[in-house]
Amino acid sequence: MKRTIPLLIASIAGFVMVVAYFIPLTETWGDKAATWFSILSAVALVLGGGNLLKVHLHTISRQRAGWGYSAVTVVAFLVTVFVGMLKIGVPPSPDFPGHPWAGAFDAEESAITWTYDFIVAPITSTMYGMLAFYVSSAAFRAFRAKNLEATLLLVTAVIVLLGQTYAGVAVSQFLTGVMPASITNNTSWMRFDKLTVVIQDVFNTAGVRAITIGVALGISATALRVLLGMDRSYIGSD
Amino acid sequence: MKTDRPFLVSVIAVLIGLLTADCCSAAAPQPPSNVVANDRPNDPGQAIDLEWQLSPGDTGNRESTAVLRYRIQRMPGLPKAEENQDAAKIPPPPEFEDVGDVAYSKTSFTDTRCERGTTYAYRILAVGPDGTVSKPSVEATATAVRQWFNREKGWYAVLLGIVCAAIVGNIFWARRGRALWLRPIPALSAIDEAIGRATEMGRPCLFIPGIVDLDVMPTVAGLAVLGRVAQTVAEYDAELIVPTARSLVMTAARETVQAASLAAGRPESYQPESVFYLTDEQFGFASAVAGEMARNRPAACFYFGQFYAESLFLAETGQSVGAIQIAGTSEPSQLPFFVAACDYTLIGEEFFAASAYLSREPQQLGSIVGQDLGKLLGVGLLALGVALVTVQQLLPDSTWIRSANAFVQSVLS
Repeated sequence: MKRTIPLLIASIAGFVMVVAYFIPLTETWGDKAATWFSILSAVALVLGGGNLLKVHLHTISRQRAGWGYSAVTVVAFLVTVFVGMLKIGVPPSPDFPGHPWAGAFDAEESAITWTYDFIVAPITSTMYGMLAFYVSSAAFRAFRAKNLEATLLLVTAVIVLLGQTYAGVAVSQFLTGVMPASITNNTSWMRFDKLTVVIQDVFNTAGVRAITIGVALGISATALRVLLGMDRSYIGSD
Repeated sequence: MKTDRPFLVSVIAVLIGLLTADCCSAAAPQPPSNVVANDRPNDPGQAIDLEWQLSPGDTGNRESTAVLRYRIQRMPGLPKAEENQDAAKIPPPPEFEDVGDVAYSKTSFTDTRCERGTTYAYRILAVGPDGTVSKPSVEATATAVRQWFNREKGWYAVLLGIVCAAIVGNIFWARRGRALWLRPIPALSAIDEAIGRATEMGRPCLFIPGIVDLDVMPTVAGLAVLGRVAQTVAEYDAELIVPTARSLVMTAARETVQAASLAAGRPESYQPESVFYLTDEQFGFASAVAGEMARNRPAACFYFGQFYAESLFLAETGQSVGAIQIAGTSEPSQLPFFVAACDYTLIGEEFFAASAYLSREPQQLGSIVGQDLGKLLGVGLLALGVALVTVQQLLPDSTWIRSANAFVQSVLS
């Protein structure tokens, strides 16, 4: 029974979504299923919050490696919940002036918005900015010409990188100016910027579409296995 | 010189009158013509499409147009006959009400607030820049009708039906004992090797089932792979860490790992705290996982699910701690990052075949064969489309080729 009911719910919800896609009358059923999922997610968030506290308090109490980070996490979590739930700094709603708690929690003046704008957003941007360094280190390893495939990758990457920079265009223009007109008239397609467009529009697009078709078919097959109850590993049973 | 004052005042008044006559008594614009109302096709009976021809004063130019916008009005049809039987309860006759405005030069509007089965009369008024309103246009009527099937998606349904039939057919065929051959997938064959290495080194394995919720198929596919990985980990008596970015995924992952431990015959190996929730925030999650990696130094990292920009962040950190890394995602834009930073990467449909491939169950393997038949169908349609376009270029006057090309495009679009 512990496995049967979740399987039934998953199958019914899945088939409802499929039917809702093709039959206009049932369009709203899909929306309702999505709403139910949102409700479940909201309830599960309490579980997540509880788990977060439990794991990090456990780490702090045992003073495991990195327990200081856990302490920062717990404090940040509690402060965020506190200022959000108590609506600190939230101005009263003009529609309900007699009820001081009626204002929107995410109003511009609220403490939770301040927390997001001046703590979360800058940290997130910093993390995103660090990706540039990760891209560099990954590219350094990936673009070593170890074999034919890696060499092709390296050459393609150099063309695309140069074609998207001013330097690449300038080099192309310089070469065009140096070479005789009889050659440049027939080889203008070899400019880095034009080669980049060809590589992106033809080779890259074709590859991405092939992968996308494979993914779509894979999703269909997996969904069918799940809907028919053949693949139950996601609920912990074969 | 003596001036006749009353005469001067009269002249000035007449001049002012002449000057202002043109701007203050501008003629009202003319209404649009040929108003047509039709039930919106392929909907549950909640919308009516309106089309019209522009008012003669609508030049399409903001500076010179005599029409600034069109006001659409509707009047619901008369109540049904059975509701009119009681004379005392006859409701007042309906009146036209505004249902929307569209800007000048527009010739269509969709009324999406209709009641199914009700007939509505529509009329349109042109509104000038100075607010003057034209006479109403000729009325057009339509009834909002429900369609049982969205015919625009008809061919999609047919293709989906063929693919599903191929998958189900092969599943049942495989159940009856048909031998199936699958090409070896190095990334999946390497999973056991990676877990074995982690066991020998006495270091944990790390599994991340994506960063999105359970309502997307890649997460479900990722959890299915987690089940196989967790079973092998339990068999080898290794340690498994599963950080999650969604509470629901954490709950499902716990069930999966627990059942895998049971299936491996080692229920005591399941540690609930090994599957934990971090945060929904994308980069917050990536930072926390990077911290876990730096502290616990996993020997094997598995990334199976939906990933975005954090993919490279995770994979590069895993690489820096010397872990064997195996990844699979449905997001084509993240595949290059995983290919660059991981030892093995599952591309496209390989990721979705992983669970069936690892299970080695005939019925699940049958679904992969059906999936491949679907791919063949797609390749065939693409080849047909390419051939038809090519032939059309060579024979531009052939109406047969043109219509065949249009037909294939309508099937594929």
